[in-house]
Amino acid sequence: MTETIIFYAFAFLTVTAATAVVTARNPVHAALFLVLTFFTSAVIWITLEAEFLAISLVLVYVGAVMVLFLFVVMMLDINIARLHEGFSRVLPLGIIVAAIMFVLMWSVVTSDIFSLNSMPNPVPKGADFSNTKALGSVLYTDYVFAFEIAAVILLVAIVAAISLTMRKRPRTKYQNPSDQIKVRKEDRLRIVKMPTSREES
Amino acid sequence: MSLHLSHYLILAAILFSISLAGIVINRKNVIILLMSIEIMLLAVNLNFIAFSHYLDDLAGQIFVFFILTVAAAEAAIGLAILVVLFRNRGSINVTDISELKG
Repeated sequence: MTETIIFYAFAFLTVTAATAVVTARNPVHAALFLVLTFFTSAVIWITLEAEFLAISLVLVYVGAVMVLFLFVVMMLDINIARLHEGFSRVLPLGIIVAAIMFVLMWSVVTSDIFSLNSMPNPVPKGADFSNTKALGSVLYTDYVFAFEIAAVILLVAIVAAISLTMRKRPRTKYQNPSDQIKVRKEDRLRIVKMPTSREES
Repeated sequence: MSLHLSHYLILAAILFSISLAGIVINRKNVIILLMSIEIMLLAVNLNFIAFSHYLDDLAGQIFVFFILTVAAAEAAIGLAILVVLFRNRGSINVTDISELKG
């Protein structure tokens, strides 16, 4: 019974926050509502015994991706009014498209295949069961190649993001390691011979 | 009044529909479009985790793990493109990006 109440409360919060994301006038508010959506979804994931993924959703998404979103939104000088024009004109179209999509998915997911008879509730795992350990023991054995490909994807993302946003400015100061290594004593050091001044007595 | 798989699937369907509506009604705002895609991925992840729970199979959670990875990479590259776009055009309005109209 408690699980049902938790599910309905957080499902309501998730749906409300998601609606606020797509209807918010200010992109900063939209990003903050998206954070709320991720938090409430993480709670629902925990009730589904996916503890590791719930925590990583909060850490990776709220901690990294949403901070990146907020950073970009606040860095760019966005003309909100201009981005929002035509909003009420396409709103009915959006609702119609979403309603059609939802009715289609509803008719599939409420069929008897997914009901309690054909898919009974699983037995809850004991307190000594570690979701992280179970996930890790599968991830590093059966899915190790996929794991390495994921690492390569992240590397490509880093390289792409840096190379896209880096720009060469003419006055930027940077080091040239080749020149630094090739330097000799004569390039840096100049010995000046000066006549020694004699103290007059 | 007990929960079963359909509850989670319907919640994911609602989230997916909301983000689809968001893509339709926020056609001019690239940032909100990216956020809508994130909500879509979240809905798909919820489906995966619900099935993983009810079928007692960890493969679903592994898949969600990789979806999270790819989504993070996608968000990083998308925002980098957005920054470059804003630097070049001074605006992120989709209607301003019509250089390559066919």
